[in-house]
Amino acid sequence: MIRALGWVLRRDLLLAFRRRGDVVNALVFFVIVVSLFPLGVGPEASQLRNMAPGVLWVAALLACMLSLARLFAPDHQDGTLEQMLLAGEPLVVLVLGKVISHWLMSGLPLVLMAPLLGLQFDLPADALAVLCVSLLIGTPVLSLIGAVGAALTLGVRGSGVLVSLLVLPLYVPVLIFGAGSVVAVAAGTGPEAHLLLLGGFLALALVLAPWATAAALRIAME
Amino acid sequence: MLEARQLECARGERRLFSNLSFKLGGGQLLRVAGANGSGKTSLLRIMCGLVAPSAGELRWRGKSIRSEREEYSRNLLFVGHLNALKDDLTAVENLQVAAALGGKAADAGRMLAALDCFGVAHCAELPAKVLSQGQRRRVALARLALAPAAPLWILDEPFAALDVAAVLELERLLASHLASGGMVVLTTHQEVEVVAHAVLRVDLDLHTAALLAA
Repeated sequence: MIRALGWVLRRDLLLAFRRRGDVVNALVFFVIVVSLFPLGVGPEASQLRNMAPGVLWVAALLACMLSLARLFAPDHQDGTLEQMLLAGEPLVVLVLGKVISHWLMSGLPLVLMAPLLGLQFDLPADALAVLCVSLLIGTPVLSLIGAVGAALTLGVRGSGVLVSLLVLPLYVPVLIFGAGSVVAVAAGTGPEAHLLLLGGFLALALVLAPWATAAALRIAME
Repeated sequence: MLEARQLECARGERRLFSNLSFKLGGGQLLRVAGANGSGKTSLLRIMCGLVAPSAGELRWRGKSIRSEREEYSRNLLFVGHLNALKDDLTAVENLQVAAALGGKAADAGRMLAALDCFGVAHCAELPAKVLSQGQRRRVALARLALAPAAPLWILDEPFAALDVAAVLELERLLASHLASGGMVVLTTHQEVEVVAHAVLRVDLDLHTAALLAA
């Protein structure tokens, strides 16, 4: 079971490595959106500090959503998804492998890039640290929930728009508490409560999302 | 032993076939015949458990395949009309992933032997996107040559896009699988010679299942 998960992970990472452009796309989008805000809003430091958590989190969320369309659609088109459904391993495990690889390619680069971009907004060191931690806990939730949306809209025309409509409402709590944790540091109340709630979301998504995704994939293949 | 009981498949309002029953035992070949659009691929997808029949059920060793999904999948090898190859992976890597998902050992040596079986060992290190249609099909079919073989093979148009040499190799492989007690279900429009001690034929145009030769 772990072996099958490892192979799915290995395959997807290898594919991503061979098509680096797709991974870089989401990261470039994130960097551009975040970098344009200071230019557009002006160099008022206190204003930038106030908006930084929201801007970074919204950009991360959109960047993550950009790559959802490619989570299952290529596998669906070339028939490898069929083979995954018939693998003799629990589909949930294989789905988890795909979600982990999606996070490694779309979520993790954002987490690593965020502190650098945070500097543009004059965020203090402790806020930068919390921003990183909140993204580290929050972006896997985005991948997990996104996988459910991507599976539900598999093979549907205009699935890009549909995924956004399905998934965005579920992303909102993650956005609120993710950005809220950084705001809380600035306000001096401490980020623990927000981060714990994010952790709760992660635990919940980790338990429910792979099952929901697997069920959605079976329906999509009918 | 695979048993179909009163299978029915409907696509929207249209009923493709109904009341289809047959039994497939070890060493038997089931050939699904029918015109284009008569539901051959639908029947194979139902037999794989990818699609639920609109009525009836399939039983594998006495148990419904939908309740014992993973157990059934481990006994099944399906080659659909899509080759299930990733364009950016090499032939060996594609085969390794397929083997690993099927619960088989995935070392490169075995993969090369399987590719060699279909005469595509020289393409082993090439990405699938540069292979021709026929070579891609051969790489997809190389899964059949991986040991240990699953007892039930379901093949959708396995002979399409193959040249004479590959057709002969596939016929030989099917015959040896059947001789060792395996089961094969396939659709084809070509006349092919597969040695089997029993050939079942399901004709979806006539809605019949008949045992051809004993």
